[in-house]
Amino acid sequence: MAVAVAPFIGQTPLQFGRVFSMSLPFSDNIDAQIFFLARLPRSLAAAVVGGTLAAAGVVFQGLLRNPLATPYTLGISAGASFGAMAAITFGSMLPVVGVTSASLAGALLAVMVVYALASARHSGLSTTVLLLAGVTMNSFFSALILFVQYLSDFTETFRALRWLMGDLDVAGYGPILGALPLVVVALGGFAWLARPLNLLSLGADAAATRGVDVRRAQRVAFFSGSLATGAAVSIGGPIGFVGIIVPHLVRLVVGADHRLVLPASFFVGAAFLVVCDVVSRIIMAPLELPVGIITALIGGPFFLWMLIRKRT
Amino acid sequence: MSHLSGSRSPGVHGSASLGGVLGSWGSGVICTILVVGATVIAQTKPARIVSLIPAVTEMLFAIGAGPQVVGVSAFDTFPTEAAARTKVGGLFDPNFEAILTLRPDLAIVYGSQDELIGRLERVHVPMFTYRHGGLADITRTIRDLGARTGHASEATRLADEIDAQLRAVRIRASGDTRPRTLLVFGREEGSMRGLYVSGGMGFLHDMLEAAGGANVMADVKREGLQLSLEQLLSRAPEVVIELRASDAWSRERQAREAAAWKTVGVPAARNGRVRFLLDDSLTIPGPRVGLAVQTIFTAIRQ
Repeated sequence: MAVAVAPFIGQTPLQFGRVFSMSLPFSDNIDAQIFFLARLPRSLAAAVVGGTLAAAGVVFQGLLRNPLATPYTLGISAGASFGAMAAITFGSMLPVVGVTSASLAGALLAVMVVYALASARHSGLSTTVLLLAGVTMNSFFSALILFVQYLSDFTETFRALRWLMGDLDVAGYGPILGALPLVVVALGGFAWLARPLNLLSLGADAAATRGVDVRRAQRVAFFSGSLATGAAVSIGGPIGFVGIIVPHLVRLVVGADHRLVLPASFFVGAAFLVVCDVVSRIIMAPLELPVGIITALIGGPFFLWMLIRKRT
Repeated sequence: MSHLSGSRSPGVHGSASLGGVLGSWGSGVICTILVVGATVIAQTKPARIVSLIPAVTEMLFAIGAGPQVVGVSAFDTFPTEAAARTKVGGLFDPNFEAILTLRPDLAIVYGSQDELIGRLERVHVPMFTYRHGGLADITRTIRDLGARTGHASEATRLADEIDAQLRAVRIRASGDTRPRTLLVFGREEGSMRGLYVSGGMGFLHDMLEAAGGANVMADVKREGLQLSLEQLLSRAPEVVIELRASDAWSRERQAREAAAWKTVGVPAARNGRVRFLLDDSLTIPGPRVGLAVQTIFTAIRQ
């Protein structure tokens, strides 16, 4: 599956590069600049963010044993968004703190709090506490975001709102390179997790009797999933629906085995977001529709259709 | 664009009960009241004005109506006397209670503040409804305000002066070629992400065109838009002007932002024609607009 999808990923930026330059004729030099400074990093960002979010979605659904879990369920994206909002609003008062690093810091803060809460009174991670703590952190950070928004002026509010809708126009390779080490570590964790997640889906006790170190598996799942989410959000903002529809779509095709679902979700998620980004660029050119709107517009109805279909 | 709420049809005069309401609020001003449907307009010189729009507050002070202003928005900073007036909230969070406490006989509100307008109508506070428009609307608003507040001659003088300033710049700019210019008013610090620029509508676009620049985004009929790096590169502006309202940048910050522009290959960056204009007068469509256009004119030609 992954092998079948991979070449498609490699070709997308090239292919769409050609399509796009037909509608807007540029001189040779500018064409190259647009390709290497604007479009290529952007497609790479879309692929990294889409793939990472989709795979993180699989991990969180496995960890929480809840099909409705997303990478954002545990409040990590809300923490990241708060960091970004604070950087956008107070950026001029603080020393050099980029929006990307601030959102990473916010994600880290949320992860720490949720982990501390979920492991405080249990030997392992309590998934119930994880969920509740995550939901609470989501609303808590949302309140902080609203507060920061209230303090900001108009242009800052527009920028902040636009960031929340998802923005893959990374303007260079910096944000991707910054987040790449985290993504690689997280994907390493995911690779290790494939088998334990299969067994965890039978329940923690059943998994333990089959030789899974449940506590360790949960911890790896939580931290690698959070790391992946934080890195992805720091690049492109909290882009919705990729982390929930792609895993379900992939399961429909390849079944429930995480050894297939994880890599397939990564590649399908990457392809999905690359396509959504292209749609967002050309549908209202020269304006851009925020990519988060596209993913939700495609993702929402699709997901509902899938839910109904599953029932019948 | 500005207009009085309701129309001024003569002939229907007086309403004792409403007059009583307003009379008890004002400072002994006898109001002649005009009732047109549910809209009430006080035709005398208002003595207690509350203005929720910084641009209009600035106009009021410039035409000599400053002493009549008792309340301003939370965002009013100019002139300094205006900043000292009671603050009654802003565009999205007007404080109705604070406004009423000031017993206004004229409230200047933004056209989109439907809820506030409804509430002020219910308590029969006369209103002057305003919306930001283009450059031409500024002098029109000043003249309307003059007529409404009893400062018609001062308003005419100010409007004529602004018109003369704008005309002078247009004449100076008319002979030259018009540099392809991009007007930026927001951007992520130290990078080319999240560029917010002026489209081909509204007062910032009008200012740029009046100052002799050709807006590279003129075809996008919006006041503002987020510009992708791809669009920035393809539009290839010869001059970039970054407007920032009252955002005092340190020398290091300016150097950092200039360096950020060097990372893209647009002609403006290559030729060192990226200008930072840090002054709130440049983003407020008020009486200082003539000077603002002159500043932009100079920046484009440096």
